[in-house]
Amino acid sequence: MSPPRPISIAEPAGVGSRRVASAPSGRARVLVLGYGNPGRQDDGLGPAAAARIETLGWSGVTAYDNYQLNIEDAVDVASHDVVWFVDASRAGPSPYAVTELSSAPTLEFTSHLVRPEAILALAGQYYGRTPKAFLLAIRGYRFEFVEVLTPGARDNLKLAVAVLSDRIRQAQSEVSP
Amino acid sequence: MSEVQVSLGPRKIVIDPVTRVEGHGKVTIRLNDAGEVEQARFHIVEFRGFERFIQGRMYWEVPVIVQRLCGICPVSHHLCAAKAMDIVAGVDQVTPTADKMRRLMHYGQVLQSNALNFFHLASPDLLLGFEAPVSKRNIVGVIETFPEVGKWAIFIRKFGQQVIAATGGRRIHPRLCIPGGVNQNLSVEHRDALRNDIGQIIQWCGEALELHKGYVDAHRELHATFASFPSSYMSLVGADDRMELYDGALRAIDAGGEPIFEGVHPADYRDHVIEEVRSWSYMKFPHIRSLGREDGWYRVGPLAQINCCAFIDTPLAEAARKEFMALGHGGLVHATLGYHWARIITMIHCAEVIQGLLFDDDLQGTDLVVAGRRRPEGVAIIEAPRGTLLHHYTVDDDGQVTGANLIVSTTNNNEAMNRSVTKVAMDYLSGREITEGLLNHIEVAIRAYDPCLSCATHALGDMPLIVTLEDAQGGIVATRVKE
Repeated sequence: MSPPRPISIAEPAGVGSRRVASAPSGRARVLVLGYGNPGRQDDGLGPAAAARIETLGWSGVTAYDNYQLNIEDAVDVASHDVVWFVDASRAGPSPYAVTELSSAPTLEFTSHLVRPEAILALAGQYYGRTPKAFLLAIRGYRFEFVEVLTPGARDNLKLAVAVLSDRIRQAQSEVSP
Repeated sequence: MSEVQVSLGPRKIVIDPVTRVEGHGKVTIRLNDAGEVEQARFHIVEFRGFERFIQGRMYWEVPVIVQRLCGICPVSHHLCAAKAMDIVAGVDQVTPTADKMRRLMHYGQVLQSNALNFFHLASPDLLLGFEAPVSKRNIVGVIETFPEVGKWAIFIRKFGQQVIAATGGRRIHPRLCIPGGVNQNLSVEHRDALRNDIGQIIQWCGEALELHKGYVDAHRELHATFASFPSSYMSLVGADDRMELYDGALRAIDAGGEPIFEGVHPADYRDHVIEEVRSWSYMKFPHIRSLGREDGWYRVGPLAQINCCAFIDTPLAEAARKEFMALGHGGLVHATLGYHWARIITMIHCAEVIQGLLFDDDLQGTDLVVAGRRRPEGVAIIEAPRGTLLHHYTVDDDGQVTGANLIVSTTNNNEAMNRSVTKVAMDYLSGREITEGLLNHIEVAIRAYDPCLSCATHALGDMPLIVTLEDAQGGIVATRVKE
């Protein structure tokens, strides 16, 4: 693959443009992007984690959630130094697993699936900037049409948010790239 | 990563993409004793529990709750449920401000969703070629060759999201609609911000159309024949059979363009469309009642929206429609890849409608809700990005939902997707080998419809693409897994 080529364009200046929290000088700007469907029980772990980080109100930290990743998330991703994708997992280690991500463009057979690696690739290709990125996969257990996390998932969420908070603090203690 | 497993048993092909969304699909290709493709089926595990989940909820909650159905189309479900609950609330006509706010949101939704499909999902196949290496055949590969496509992809979609945020109060989980009206009008600040950008969006949609036409010009035969077949079509249309995506009457036409039914009010859909359950699929198979089970299937979505309408009442989209319909030499366009061209025309139409609405002072009106005398039942239909979407609810005297029936676009296209996969298998399967090329072509056919795989849940999990070869007796010959 050829190296990323940043493209200079005029972004539409309309409402709701990119979301970037201002960070103290020299501190990393951190994005926490939780995704999943809170209406499907433990699938809401990602949004729940993002909501908890948002309530901390930390300077330089942006947190929001969505049902699933979308290509325009690349705009926000490219605007931060460190990005945490937070999702529920149906399999894998409890209470959570952290994986460092690399950009990897993919093509699925449906638009209903966009992977975080593809978002990173899009950010890199389009903006010439790929932040350091991690996937925090919090183990869930049940995915029925219920808008409440299972007790096990709630326990996992608590531990996952604790480690996420620590990692954000750690990133912000380092000089911004 | 792909893995091929070959056994020496009888012959059958199964493609089983278990995506990280809960609903998963599987393609089965059955060979006959002569080793020829006999039949193909695209299975989708559609989660039906949602209809039960709605039961017992208060009717006025439903427009918000149904957004849980889909991560790509929450707005479409929000609007369709609201229209159905208008009926339940005894409201046949909402105020001009409410109607136009909903329309603005809807056309923003269709614009951004179609942009996602075309630029992110379809353009790698079309602009880089079906046979391009997987490592290159993606949106990043497209941007390397066509940098402007990345700009269109992100910002047309982002503009649509901004329309949703401006009308719904927020980009995610918007709450514009309530039975009988809307919660808010459009602020002047939001209106002016959107006005600033809409001209650019229309221009980019037009440029995307020109790029796509260049592809079609260079691949006339492939475009006309790939995964294609004559079919019936169904869509909403407006007055004089104009294109209408938000509110109209159902129209169905046969492969020759002759009406099967028209002017059908949503409440009467069961007189014309019947749903069938088949043992081998979790999906329902709707078909046109008068044509019966075997012949009553049809297609919905952008291709159907263009084929079913007589004209489009916005100038740029109408000019594009005429050029597109010329492919049919006076008849309909049946090309499955024509979905993509039609999708861009619909994007242009949406952008033009949005532009018109942004200069309509009714959007700043303050008459937002009307009330009526409660009714026990409500049915509504809209044209969602992937086609006709129907919500049908029954409600008891206490306002609790007692029944729900949803027919989503992907369900309407169920049989059509089977036939497209069958056509691809017939054209590209060679011998007993499940090639990467066969997989690619099947995926290209499915992408034209962009099925919604019950994306109500997203937990990380397995998402392989599994292909199995099976013979006429059902024995498996080979399996291929694409991670």
